[in-house]
Amino acid sequence: MLTHDDALEAQITQWRSWLRRRPAIRDADVEELEGHLRDLVADLRTAGLAADEAFLVAVKRLGDLDAVSREFAREHSERLWKQLVMAKDSRREPSRSLAREGTVVMGLAAAAAAAIKLPELFGYPHIGSGDGFFDSGTFYFPNVGFFVLPFLAGYFAWKRRLDRSGCLRLALAFAAAALAINAFPFTAGGHTQTLAALHLPIALWLAVGIAYSGGRWFDGSRRMDFVRFSGELFIYYVLMALGGGVLTGFTVVSFAAIGVDMEWFAQQWMLPCGAMGAVIVGAWLVEAKQSVVENMAPVLTRLFTPLFAAALLALLITMAWTGSGIDMDREVLIGFDLLLAVVLGLLLYAISARDVQAGPGAFDALQLLLVVCALVVDAVALSAIAGRISEFGLSPNRLAALGENLVLLVNLAWSARLYARFLTGRGPFAALERWQTAYLPVYAVWAAVVVVAFPPLFGFM
Amino acid sequence: MDISKDLVAASAAPLVLAILADGDSYGYAIIKRVGELSGGHLQWTDGMLYPVLHRLERLGHVEARWAKSESGRRRRYYRITRAGQAHLKTQRQQWQVVDATLREIWMESSLVASEWRLLPQWRVEATC
Repeated sequence: MLTHDDALEAQITQWRSWLRRRPAIRDADVEELEGHLRDLVADLRTAGLAADEAFLVAVKRLGDLDAVSREFAREHSERLWKQLVMAKDSRREPSRSLAREGTVVMGLAAAAAAAIKLPELFGYPHIGSGDGFFDSGTFYFPNVGFFVLPFLAGYFAWKRRLDRSGCLRLALAFAAAALAINAFPFTAGGHTQTLAALHLPIALWLAVGIAYSGGRWFDGSRRMDFVRFSGELFIYYVLMALGGGVLTGFTVVSFAAIGVDMEWFAQQWMLPCGAMGAVIVGAWLVEAKQSVVENMAPVLTRLFTPLFAAALLALLITMAWTGSGIDMDREVLIGFDLLLAVVLGLLLYAISARDVQAGPGAFDALQLLLVVCALVVDAVALSAIAGRISEFGLSPNRLAALGENLVLLVNLAWSARLYARFLTGRGPFAALERWQTAYLPVYAVWAAVVVVAFPPLFGFM
Repeated sequence: MDISKDLVAASAAPLVLAILADGDSYGYAIIKRVGELSGGHLQWTDGMLYPVLHRLERLGHVEARWAKSESGRRRRYYRITRAGQAHLKTQRQQWQVVDATLREIWMESSLVASEWRLLPQWRVEATC
C-alpha cells in the first residue's frame, strides 16, 4: 500500500506534467510554482489537513491552470511565438475563423496579383518589357510597393479589427505617398527618383507595421512581434520565390518540349503575379503556421553572428596591419551602409528571440564584439566619406548614404552601450529591447524624408 | 469581503514592491505576507503572482536569483532594485493621492449622513 507521502508525490508529479504541457510556462517556472505548491501543502498539513486534502486545497489556491498559463502567456508573449495558444483565447485576442481567413487571404492575394496587371489596361507597357523592371524610368519601379502593401495592410486591418479612423489614416498615408512619388516632376531616371523609389517601401513598411499592431503601435512588445513577423515573412518569401522559380522553369521547359512557347506567359503573368500574391500568402503563413516550423530568423542569426564578427575582426586587423585606408567611392559607401544594416539585423533578431530573463552569456559578449567591430569599421569609413563630401560637395546619393549611415550608427552605438551595461550587470536586458523597438520609426521617418524632401531639395535631378 | 479583480490587479505590483522593500523574499512568502497584512481580505490566486513578479523583473524593478531553501530545494528569491525603489516611491505618491481623495469624499458624505441620522459615524473613518 502506498503511504500518504508517496501518494502526494505521485499527485505532484502528475500536476507538474500538466503544467509542463503549457507552452507559455517554462521548466524554471514549473520549478518555481512547484516550490510554492510544496510550501503550501506543508503549511496546510501543519495546520492539520491530511496529505490529499492539503494537495487539493493547495492546487485550488494556485488557481485554474488555464488562467494562470494565460497570464504567463501575456507576460511572455515571445514564448508563444512558436505556438498558437493565443488564438484559442478568443476573449482577449479576437481572431477570425480559419476558413474565412483563408478566403480573405486568397482574395487579397488575387487582388494584389491583378493590381500588377492593371496598369496595362491604361496603356502602360507590360511589366518586364522594354527598358526593364528596375529601370527607374518605367512606371513600375517607383510604384511597386503600391501593388501589394495596401493589400497586406488591409489584411492586418481586417484581422486585427482596426477601427475606422485607423483604417482611414492608413489609406490617407498610402494615398499621400502615391501622390508624392507620381506627381513630382522627376527627371526621368534621375538620382532623386531612384532614391525615392528605393526608400518608399521602407516608409510604407511602417504603415504595414501600424496595421499589424492593430492600432497598438506604441506597445513595445507588438513592435517586437512586427520585427519577428518581418524576418519570418522575408524567409518565407525567399522560400516561395525558390519554389516559384522551379515551377516557372519546369513550365517553360516542359512546354518547349512539346513545341509550345510559354516564356511570354511565365514572364508576363507567372512571375509578376506570383511575386505580388506571394507577399500576402507569406504573411498569412507566418501568422498561421508559427507552430509548424521553428522560427528561422533567430536560427540564422545564431549561425551568422560569429561568422560576421570574425570577418569584421579580420578586416580590422588587416587594415591596422597594412595601414591601408578605405578607398571611398559611392559603391563602397553603400556597401558600408549594408554592412551596418546586416549587423543591426543580426542584433535585432538575436534580441527578438532571446529569453529576456536569462543572464548574460557568451553569445551576448560575441554580439557586443560584433557591434563594436562594425562601429570601428564604420567610423573609418565615415571619416573617408567626410573627406569626399568636403572635396566634391553634396549629391543626393551621398547625402542619402550618409544619412542612413548616421541613423544606423546612432542605433548601434547606443545598443553597444546598453549591451555593455547588461554584460556588466548594471542594466536589464529589457532596456536593449525597448531601445530597439522605440527606434523603429526612425528608419521610416528617414526614408520618408528621402522620398518627400530630397527631390525638391535637389531640384528633381 | 472580496476585493474586486481590477483593484487586486492594480495593487499587485506596488504591494509586491513594498514587501520586497522590507527585504528579499520569494513567491510563497510574499503571498503569505499579503494575507497577514490585509487580515485575509486580499486573497490572490497564488499562481497569478508569478507573472507579476516576472513582469517586474523584465521592467528592472526587481532582480531574481536561485538559491537553496532550508528544505534543500531550489527557490527563486527576489530583491528590489534601485529602479524598483524609485518606482515604488512614485506609486506610493499616486496611491496616497487616490486614498486622500476618497477619504475626503467619504468624510463629507458621512458627515452629511451623520447629521441626518444623528449618528457619530466619523468614528468609523478615524479607525481606518
